[in-house]
Amino acid sequence: MSVRFEVNGKTVDVEVEPRLTLADCLRHHLRLTGTHLGCEHGICGACTVIVDGAAVRSCLMLAVQADGAKVVTVEGLSRDDALTPLQASFRKHHALQCGFCTPGMITTAHALLSEEPDADADRVREVLSGNLCRCTGYVSIVDAVLDARAAYKKHERTTA
Amino acid sequence: MKLPPFEYAAPTALADAVALLASRAGEAKAIAGGQSLVPMLAFRLAAPTLLVDLRKVPDLDRITVSRDDVRLGAMVRWCDIEDDAELATAHPLLKAAIAHVAHYQVRNRGTVGGSLAHADPAAEMPGIAVTCEAEIAVTGSAGARVIPAADFFLGPLMTALVPDEIIVEVRLPAWPPRRRWGFQEFARRRGDFAMAGAALFYDQDDSGKAKNAHVGVIGVSDRPQRLAEVEAVLNGRVVDEETIRRAQKAASASVKPSDDIHASAAYRRALVGTMVERALQSACA
Repeated sequence: MSVRFEVNGKTVDVEVEPRLTLADCLRHHLRLTGTHLGCEHGICGACTVIVDGAAVRSCLMLAVQADGAKVVTVEGLSRDDALTPLQASFRKHHALQCGFCTPGMITTAHALLSEEPDADADRVREVLSGNLCRCTGYVSIVDAVLDARAAYKKHERTTA
Repeated sequence: MKLPPFEYAAPTALADAVALLASRAGEAKAIAGGQSLVPMLAFRLAAPTLLVDLRKVPDLDRITVSRDDVRLGAMVRWCDIEDDAELATAHPLLKAAIAHVAHYQVRNRGTVGGSLAHADPAAEMPGIAVTCEAEIAVTGSAGARVIPAADFFLGPLMTALVPDEIIVEVRLPAWPPRRRWGFQEFARRRGDFAMAGAALFYDQDDSGKAKNAHVGVIGVSDRPQRLAEVEAVLNGRVVDEETIRRAQKAASASVKPSDDIHASAAYRRALVGTMVERALQSACA
């Protein structure tokens, strides 16, 4: 089936089987491999992307369902080679080790802080509870997200 | 695993969606948010030959509060319920229960209709539907009908829907402002499937005694169920410490959970008693 949607600000046309997930479409057809596959059944959150402003599990969405949508992946969160405030905060707080969960953490946190720049620690933990990390123990991730709030309150917007 | 092969259609009218489902003699499935269905496909527990996406069918995503009822269209998402300010007073039990559904990303896609049609025994929305005596409006090639929640859930992942029927909306009876209610659920992380949960409400007569008690539980049976024995403990009594103790015991005694990898039957039995106890305590507070 032909699908047309916007990814990181660019319109793309792809020809896909209906059963192809959005995650696999992004990774294989568009070579945007920043979106990771951990469980492929909607538990781990490593595949999180932003569709029409909302964080979603791209392994649970079909590419054909993205027709007409605006999708933002982790690659689309930076304008250039500089780190965004959220990325810089992850670096500062050692919020990643192997990095496998990180794209999902970043997109989820970005979606959260874009809507709720005043989110407190409990809210950040609640929202990130849908993303699994085997390395860090989560504390550094929560610290990084909280520390990045200032940038969102100043209405610094990245490409999303 | 990767998903099994299927055809896909996204009709723009409800009648077309029904016709598509009917055309495959039970081999077609409707898809809404996909948050329950796609994992089933990924595990190859289901292999429909056609998915009928409801996302372009109009008028299925309304939340309507009136004097008579609260109506949730089948495509209403959990985040829509979360964001609806009117529901906090129009149906506080619904709002409290839905706060426990899934995780952030799933809440942006998962729907009321999808949860009801999927009928997981531990899911909150079916629990609320049964507790509140909701009506589920559906349409299929035989026409439209309304199914009472008590008749809708037949077993784990089994409902009274015939293969070409689509849920259109769920109707919850209007909520009187002075009603007492409580919702308690236990899961390892909030958003995981409930190991046991209780949704309950009661009204009070002029002397403060409970009446019209409705006590529903999830996670302890093959479908959500009301506990008549607990309702009988509450009706006609003031809900005090003693009544709550009796209700807790009645709850534990009246369920027959099985052992599974998440909890033993004995644990669930005890847990449901505690959930009822805490829900009643919050109802009186």
